[in-house]
Amino acid sequence: MKKILILFSHPKFESSRANAVLIDHIKDKEGVTFHDLYEQYPDFHIDVPAEKALLQQHDVIIWHHPLYWYSCPPLMKQWIDMVLEFNWAYGPKGKALHSKICLNVITAGGTRDLYCSDGTNSFSVNEFLRPFEQTANLCGMTFYPPFAVMGTHRLPDDSLKKHAVQYSALIDLLQQDINLGEIKGCSFLNDIPHLKTE
Amino acid sequence: MTGSILFQAIVFLAGAIICVSIAKRLGLSSVLGYLLAGVMIGPFVLGYIGEDGQDILHFAEFGVVVMLFLIGLEIEPKNFWKMRKTILGMGGIQVAGTMLLSYVFFVFLGFEWKVSLVISMAVALSSTAIALQTTKEKGLMDTTFGTSSFSILLFQDIIVIFMLGAIPLLSNNKNGTVSENQTDHASLIDTLPLGLQTLAIILSVVLIIVAGKYLIVPMLRKVANTGVRELLIAAAFLIVFGISFLMEYVGLSPALGAFLGGVVLSNSEFKHELESTLEPFKNLLLGLFFMAVGASINFLVIAESPLTIGGILIAIVIIKAIVLFVTGHIFKLKLDQKILLTFSLAQIGEFAFVLLSFAFNLNILDQEQMDMMLVITALTMTLTPIIGIINERIILPKVGTKESIKRPMDHIAKSHKIILVGFGHFGNTVGRFLRSHGVEATILDQDSNRVDFLRKMGFEVYYGDATRIDLLEAAGIADAKILICAIDNPNVTKQVTKLVKSKYPHVELMIRAKNRYDAYELLNMGIENIYRESLETSLTLAKDVLSKMGFRKYTLNRQVQKFIKYDEDILRRLATEPKDDKNYIFKARQELEQQEKFLNEDFERGIVEYDKHWDSEAIRQTLMKNQD
Repeated sequence: MKKILILFSHPKFESSRANAVLIDHIKDKEGVTFHDLYEQYPDFHIDVPAEKALLQQHDVIIWHHPLYWYSCPPLMKQWIDMVLEFNWAYGPKGKALHSKICLNVITAGGTRDLYCSDGTNSFSVNEFLRPFEQTANLCGMTFYPPFAVMGTHRLPDDSLKKHAVQYSALIDLLQQDINLGEIKGCSFLNDIPHLKTE
Repeated sequence: MTGSILFQAIVFLAGAIICVSIAKRLGLSSVLGYLLAGVMIGPFVLGYIGEDGQDILHFAEFGVVVMLFLIGLEIEPKNFWKMRKTILGMGGIQVAGTMLLSYVFFVFLGFEWKVSLVISMAVALSSTAIALQTTKEKGLMDTTFGTSSFSILLFQDIIVIFMLGAIPLLSNNKNGTVSENQTDHASLIDTLPLGLQTLAIILSVVLIIVAGKYLIVPMLRKVANTGVRELLIAAAFLIVFGISFLMEYVGLSPALGAFLGGVVLSNSEFKHELESTLEPFKNLLLGLFFMAVGASINFLVIAESPLTIGGILIAIVIIKAIVLFVTGHIFKLKLDQKILLTFSLAQIGEFAFVLLSFAFNLNILDQEQMDMMLVITALTMTLTPIIGIINERIILPKVGTKESIKRPMDHIAKSHKIILVGFGHFGNTVGRFLRSHGVEATILDQDSNRVDFLRKMGFEVYYGDATRIDLLEAAGIADAKILICAIDNPNVTKQVTKLVKSKYPHVELMIRAKNRYDAYELLNMGIENIYRESLETSLTLAKDVLSKMGFRKYTLNRQVQKFIKYDEDILRRLATEPKDDKNYIFKARQELEQQEKFLNEDFERGIVEYDKHWDSEAIRQTLMKNQD
């Protein structure tokens, strides 16, 4: 069974309705390490050796964060800056993360249809996530499409709950290794056949 | 032999110790233990206490006064005002209902109407001493039941004044005044016309309120400044005695006056100090009172007409119970609360002794009637704890709402979850920040001048010495989640820490330490959360110095964070070392040298090695090497 590390970054978790439900469904699952970065490093002073050790103990790395200004919250960028060191994560001797799986789990206020060339946000979610995709690529990790909970501003409680159940099912799938062929074709892990709800 | 005060004291104390500890071991209320002790040492069993039982009863009623003073201390005036509806409503219904039913009952039994009226007055009153003591012992004061029973008892304390005023009007003496030889209740008020009586009552209440603020509190401050602890005990008693005297002088109930005095002082910083000072005395005096009640049960009277007495006793308890249950129902109490209320107030109270003997002296009651009613009163008081046990063990578990009893009432001041000890510069900042997040700590401080000043600034600060466990208990340590120790003096800090850690291990301790040497000792005492007061400030200063010398601020920020981490690590490692002095000094020096070396290295390498973040130098070098 693959071990999963959820790197959660939210500067104001206590007032996030969506994340409260999502995280409630996955944080105590077996084989899952839930790592709350803003709680662990309130002063942005990241313990790099500890973070590296944690990465090496896991097979799947999930960046779980809200989409702020089309990107991640600052502490997560700080984490990328500090932890993914030259000659450890990348560079000629940097092979520490090779063949691990990496993906984003995001929450966004806007709905999915706003994220396209005709929508207010002009680009797709996948396009906005390119920097993370390339970061994973440079570190030799396999980057999966994101699992995204969109339109959280207007999402009713029952739909939110469905997303959370889906998230939990996704974790189960990742632990058992998903069939890569199915993933390649879709832009969101929400849409893969295993996770389709009715 | 039996006349000697020493011997009597021995009898009472031994009786109390033996019976109460047996009662407690059996899981019974201490009230029952005291009552049984009284019966045992009374004239009908062992006979150690004879006729003087009544005198002791009179003296011991002072326990009730002290108790009401303490209860007043826990109720702030604004909360008291909020309770006015419950006091008048529940109290009014209970007293009126009980009087009416028992009046009808006694008239039906063939008693004269005046006799029936006096008896029904006595019957309407419940025992503050028993009911409140039991409620407090079970920790139910903050429940709906607790406030309801308290409201009713308070109303009774007030109404008894009017009863005492009304009884002379029933007297066969045409002029309606107390006959010459009865000096018990001959007070100032009886000699005044009605209008002036009311005026005197209002004046004395105002006097207590004004004196509380402008006389008692300044006096307590002066006393506290002397630093002589027994003076504070003396001052506490002076307050209670003074109020009682004033009240008796104008003809009010001393208990009511003491309650009022308590309410006035409940806003003062001496609240907890007064509480912890008077608490043990109150308990002893109440114990004495219960024993005196037990000793005064006249078994001869019972033996003469057991059926009559038994019948009346049961009828009275049933009447009181029905009225209480209905009162609880009208005020929408939950079932379990109603049952608790019904059983805890179904007895006749200590005021009955006063009313009955007063009426006897006015020739309204004859000897036989009075003896009978006194016996019934004492018996109902004895029965209360027994009924309480039946209720608690058999009835309540069936009703099955034990948990809802614990739900706190919002209008009785409750203890906060956090206790902050020491409110100097350090504790003050802690308190302000907590407060800005809506977290109010119960604050204790030793400096009465500072307490005074801070209270003017709107903080809830109490005066007291936190090395006394009773004071911490009064501040609510038993329910506290966290105790913050922000005391300046390291020795006091250690005393408080040791005390709380041994007596209340569930309370999380967060401790201010002066320096690393105090921190070592605290760590070795097993304290996890230690805050060295100068560490971060000095580093901030150093950081600013370096910044002025041209170092970049963000890099310095990160260096400071690293320094603190190193230092904490070293601190913890050193704390576990055995306290062999020589070794300790050597070790400390070694570790400190190492720390200096670490930092030196950091600067020499320009935060390279593992801290090469946002620094492209290493990448550049590697790339250059590959080109070669």
